[in-house]
Amino acid sequence: MNKLELISTLKDKANLTKAEAAEVVKIFFDSLTDAFLEGERVEIRGLCSFHIKEYKSYTGRNPKTGEKVTIPPKKLPFFKCGKELKERVDF
Amino acid sequence: MALTKTVIAERIQNKLNFSRTETYDILEEFLEIIKSTIADGEDIMISGFGKFCVNEKKVRKGRNPATNEEMTLPARRVVTFKCSGKLRDMIND
Repeated sequence: MNKLELISTLKDKANLTKAEAAEVVKIFFDSLTDAFLEGERVEIRGLCSFHIKEYKSYTGRNPKTGEKVTIPPKKLPFFKCGKELKERVDF
Repeated sequence: MALTKTVIAERIQNKLNFSRTETYDILEEFLEIIKSTIADGEDIMISGFGKFCVNEKKVRKGRNPATNEEMTLPARRVVTFKCSGKLRDMIND
């Protein structure tokens, strides 16, 4: 499912106009993005939580050429699946 | 302070003309669509944000670190998130 399908499903299920559904989806993912940029934690009960994890620099290898490369330090949002979602996904 | 549903609901309410109750219902409906789609084993891809994937894990042997006892961990399904390149660049800018 992509963003457009998500908007159209929300429009039908919540009886919204397409513009309203698009706005809800936009506000949701923009809020998460802004929190990541601020380094703020995100906690959506039942779905998931995120925190920004800092990774140190390390020496990696290009798997194609075997060449050594230095990977600079980086930050990534770390996803943790919520309890409800975890239980519903697993058989 | 962590970003929670409450904050997101307030932002939706400020932007669109819905009551507090309506906004919460819409937000819960939205979250339910995401959860049921993932529960059905379907990925969710949001361009510029990332991808929520369902991964099948095979049966594997594990060990209880406390007792050192060997045990078989059953096959299971887990949800993973892959950050989009655009979002990653924004965070690391």
